[in-house]
Amino acid sequence: METINYQNFRIEAENICVDYNGKVALYDANLRLQPGQICGLVGMNGAGKTTFFNALTGFVNISKGKIRINGESVRSAQKDQTIAYVPQNEGIDSQFPISVWDVVMMGRYGSMNIFRSPRESDVQAVKNAIERVDLTDHLSTPIGNLSGGQRKRTFLARAIAQRASILLLDEPFSGVDIRTEKLISELFIQFKNEGKTILLSTHDMIHVREFCDLVLLINKTVVAYGETSEVFTPENITTTFGGISPDFLFGPES
Amino acid sequence: MELCSFLTLDSFITDPLTHDFMRKALLMSSLVAAVCGFLSSYLTLKGWALMGDAVSHSVMPGVVVAYALGLPFSLGAFIFGVGSVALIGFIKQKSRVKEDTVIGLVFTGFFALGIVLVSKIKSNIDLHSILFGSPLGISLSDVKQTIFISLLVVILLSIFRKDLMLYCFDPRHAKTVGINVFFLHYLLLTCLSLAAVVGLQSVGIILVVAMLITPGATAYLLTDKFDNMTVISVLSAIISSLIGIYVSFWFDLETGGSIVLAQTFIFLFAFLFAPRYGIFKLKKLFAGYK
Repeated sequence: METINYQNFRIEAENICVDYNGKVALYDANLRLQPGQICGLVGMNGAGKTTFFNALTGFVNISKGKIRINGESVRSAQKDQTIAYVPQNEGIDSQFPISVWDVVMMGRYGSMNIFRSPRESDVQAVKNAIERVDLTDHLSTPIGNLSGGQRKRTFLARAIAQRASILLLDEPFSGVDIRTEKLISELFIQFKNEGKTILLSTHDMIHVREFCDLVLLINKTVVAYGETSEVFTPENITTTFGGISPDFLFGPES
Repeated sequence: MELCSFLTLDSFITDPLTHDFMRKALLMSSLVAAVCGFLSSYLTLKGWALMGDAVSHSVMPGVVVAYALGLPFSLGAFIFGVGSVALIGFIKQKSRVKEDTVIGLVFTGFFALGIVLVSKIKSNIDLHSILFGSPLGISLSDVKQTIFISLLVVILLSIFRKDLMLYCFDPRHAKTVGINVFFLHYLLLTCLSLAAVVGLQSVGIILVVAMLITPGATAYLLTDKFDNMTVISVLSAIISSLIGIYVSFWFDLETGGSIVLAQTFIFLFAFLFAPRYGIFKLKKLFAGYK
C-alpha cells in the first residue's frame, strides 16, 4: 500500500470547515502543496478565500478537518514563523504612523526577545529584504506616503525578512504599478527556486495562467483543483463564479 | 483681590504651590495624565474610543461596591471594566443588535447601576467626586493606590510597547508569527480599565474618556512616527493637566472640566495648525515666506 510522507507537503489541508457563529464560510476544503509550488486561489468575493488564508495561519479555528504545515500543527508553524501573510492593501490602515523599516522589522518579531529589540542579524535581514524589493530609498518613509505598489512591496519585504517557507498573498497584484508587478513576478521565480511555497488569491485570470503551477477554484468549497493547464477551463471558472460565463467576466479569449 | 497677584507670571505659578493640596493635585494629575496619554496612542490607533467610553463608565458600580466593602476601589473597577467588555462581546455574538448599539446599551446600564448603588449604599462616597473628579481632595491611601496602578500600567505598556503596536496595526501578522494576540487584547483592556480608574480621580468618570482619547488624537495629527506619537501624547496630557489645575485654581472653576477643556484646546490647535495634517498646514505657510 502506498504511504504518504506528510513531510513532503508544505501545506496539507484535509476536509477543513470554518464557520462563524454557525454561518458556514468554508466546508470540506482540501489542499496539498509541495515546496516550490505556486498555487492560485480563485473565487468570488465571499467564496472563502480569506477564510482559507485565516485557517492556514490560525487566525480562525477550523471546526472540522486537519491542517498540517510542514507536517506539523498550525501552532508550531506559528512558533517557527513558517507562514508569512501578505495582506491586501485595503486590509491595512495606511494612515498608521509607522515607517517602512518598522513594518519590515515586524517580520522579525516572532524570533526576537520579549522587548522585540533587534539583534545585528535582524537588522541585516531587514536591510536585505528591503533591498530585494527595491525600497532602500524609503527606509524611514511613513507607509502613508507610499504608493500602493510601494506599500505592497513593503509587506513583501516583511515576508522575506521573516524567512518564511510558505507565503500567503492576498491579491498581490491589485492596485500596483507595472514596476511593482514586474518586481513581484521576478521575486516569485526566486522564491520558487528557493523552495518556498506560494498560495495567492487573485481576481486576474491572466496572472493565474502566467504564474501559477496549480489552481484552486473555490466557492465555499473546492470546485476544482489541479494543474492550471488542466483545471483552469472556462467550464470550471463558470461554475466557480456561480454560472456567470468567463467571457462576460474577463472578456472573450483569443 | 487675587487678581492683582497674578500680574506677574511668577506668582501665577508659584502661589498655588504654597498649598499642600495643590502640590499634591499637580503631581497626581500629571502622573494620571501621563498614564492615560501613553495608553491614548494605542486606543486612538486601534479605534477603541467608544470602548474607552464604555469601560470608563462601566467601572462606576465597581468603585461603589469596592468602597462599600472596604476593598481597594481599583479591584472593583477592574472587575466591572473587564466584565463590561466581556458582556458586550457576548451580547454582540448572541444577538442581531449592532456593536455600537450594544456598547451604548451595556455601559449606560452599568453606569445607571452605579448611580443607583450610590444612592442606596449609605457610606461616605461622594457622588460628585466620582462623577466630576476631585484632584484637589485626594486622600493619602488614594495617592498610594494611584501611584501603584500608574506604575503598573506604565511598566506593562513599556514591556509590550512593540507587541501592542503590532497588535493595533496588523493582528493577523502577529497571530501568524506566534504572538499571543488573545493576551495582548486583554492586556490592552486591563490597562484601559486601570487607567480609567486612576483617571476618574482627576477628571471624574464622565470625562475620563477624554483623557484616554484626546491626547492620542492630538499626537496623531502631529507626527508620522509611533514613538513620537506616544511622547507627544504624554506631554500634551501632562501640560493640559497643569494648565487645567492652575486655571481652575485662579478662576475658581471645576478642575476636571478645566483639564479636559485644556486638552480640547490643544487638540483644536493641532487640528488647525499641524504642520502636515492641520487645516492651515503651518509648514506651507512658513515655506511661503522663504
